[in-house]
Amino acid sequence: MRNVAIPVVLFVALAFVPKVALDLPVLFDGAINSPGTLQLLALCLVFGGLAMSYDLLFGYTGLLSFGHALYFAIGVYLVAIAITEWHVGFYSAIALTAVIGLVVALVLGAVSLRVGGIAFAMVTLAFAQAGAILVQKNPHGWTGGEEGLGVDYTKLPAGLVGIFNTKNLYWIALVYVACVFAIVRWAVNSSPGHVWQAIRENELRVEVLGLRPYSFKLISFVLASFLATAGGVVYVLLLGGATPEVTSANFTLTLLVMVVIGGTGTRWGALLGGVLYTWANQRLGDASSSHVVSSLPSVLRTPLQQPMFVLGVLFILVVFFVPGGLARIGRVRGPRSMQRLQEAVQR
Amino acid sequence: MSTFVLLTVTGVGLGALYFLIASGLSLIYGLMGVLNFAHGAFLTVGAYAMWFTESKLGGVAVLPRFLLGSLAGLVVGAVFAALVEYVLIRPLYRRHIEQVLVTVGLALATTALVVSIWGNDARPVPAPAWLGETTTVLGAHIPNDRWLLIATALVVLFGLNAFLRRTRYGLVIRAGVENRAMVTALGIDVRRAFTLVFAIGGVAAALAGVLSNVYFSTVDPSRGTSLLIFAFIVVVIGGLGSLRGTAAAALVVGLVQQYANYYASSGLGDLSVVLLLGLVLLVRPRGLSASFA
Repeated sequence: MRNVAIPVVLFVALAFVPKVALDLPVLFDGAINSPGTLQLLALCLVFGGLAMSYDLLFGYTGLLSFGHALYFAIGVYLVAIAITEWHVGFYSAIALTAVIGLVVALVLGAVSLRVGGIAFAMVTLAFAQAGAILVQKNPHGWTGGEEGLGVDYTKLPAGLVGIFNTKNLYWIALVYVACVFAIVRWAVNSSPGHVWQAIRENELRVEVLGLRPYSFKLISFVLASFLATAGGVVYVLLLGGATPEVTSANFTLTLLVMVVIGGTGTRWGALLGGVLYTWANQRLGDASSSHVVSSLPSVLRTPLQQPMFVLGVLFILVVFFVPGGLARIGRVRGPRSMQRLQEAVQR
Repeated sequence: MSTFVLLTVTGVGLGALYFLIASGLSLIYGLMGVLNFAHGAFLTVGAYAMWFTESKLGGVAVLPRFLLGSLAGLVVGAVFAALVEYVLIRPLYRRHIEQVLVTVGLALATTALVVSIWGNDARPVPAPAWLGETTTVLGAHIPNDRWLLIATALVVLFGLNAFLRRTRYGLVIRAGVENRAMVTALGIDVRRAFTLVFAIGGVAAALAGVLSNVYFSTVDPSRGTSLLIFAFIVVVIGGLGSLRGTAAAALVVGLVQQYANYYASSGLGDLSVVLLLGLVLLVRPRGLSASFA
């Protein structure tokens, strides 16, 4: 295994973050090991892992899905509902979520992969919207509708509850992102992984070689969705509740923004994109109430107070001027992976 | 019986709204291969332009105020859409994925901008009293705004059809949908048609925005996105690039949604539309994907 040292060193180093009492005034509000900062860091890691799972679909297999939020939301909501409403034990709730998440991904993936390209994008979007509607409609009062649903903390293991245990949650998030990194790395280097990349390059040719792209795409879809569901579980433990934002179509769009800003088809790029996006989203919200921004004229101030506006504009700029994403700056001239993807979708 | 009539007319009215959004999407995709995620933003911009104009014309009588507001909405929608095509889409000519990504970014940024200026809350939009009254048809009391929706969609459907079939620009657009390279080879600047199609899509979306203001009697920033998703469903069911297919699919989706909401259970309507989409894909995956090629 080549280059295995860098990720191992990085993840081990990240494991010691809760022991660091350093203060980075502009980057974070409090000291690094303060619960607030640790929670933000853990959130960044969860989204880094989620972005990598999305990149498995989009960057490696060339499947432009707009419904990835659904599988994340399944993780978020099922754990919360199972623990709080169905009074299932903590570990059984996680097992149940994993099983249901797999089945849903398998069924919906099997249906939506019957079409390709842009139609696939729209169909996944529609299924995710069905999930969002279900959460809004609040059947049996399970999902809590617009207000969301808090997890009953008395049912959680003691080590995951309370502000002093944020470091445990941080470590769980770190283990999650390390697992996603390892799994994605292993998967794209396995033989199905080679087929995925071949499908991205030229699906017709894969077919001519006697392989069925459909089953390989389904494997990629189910694996990516499962990793997203796992991320949802970590997310709900981290935030202590579920909110309907994670089901929205905009949520998948933000995943796309993360992956593209970071760089498609590169594990580090997606990870970086997820982490940076989450951090920026949080910090821009905080910065909007700072003195620098509030002293600006209102024409500038009002839009800057919406992180989504800043990030949306930044995203457009990246698409225009940094076509390979941040991970490719200075590496490859020209947007090669983008061209390949484009061909994949045009077909 | 009267409930059924009311549901049918409302379903057709809703279908009319979906058609207005989906027709632009379908045309833009058919000609340029761009899946326009910013279409919901066109709707939002048009709807807010109407509301803003109306709120500035406080002293004017309701009807001229309403008409001026609507006109402002349409103009702003068209200009915004044409600008988007000219500034953001054109430089990425033939790079479809990037074009989609840019429209995604634009959709997110525009919604956020509207929220930052006017907030997240829904705001009331004044409309002529006649639109709030009902007409009795076959024993059913039908709100008049439904008729306005249906009539507008019919006008747009026939107008667009006539435009595509009878005018020179329509001919260029139809030819471009079929074979863009050939049209360019014949010495026609097909890019001008791109801007035109975007402007048409923008007007239709802004019209949907204006009418949705009437239908819901409020304007809010998230409506563009939620209607856009149904428009996507309509476009997939109807087949991209086909106006008639889009119209038929919009009708079916609107009706199914209304009936399921009433006869099954409230909220099931939206889900059954998604189910319908799944069914169509299961039964005719080849037929649909063929029309995307």
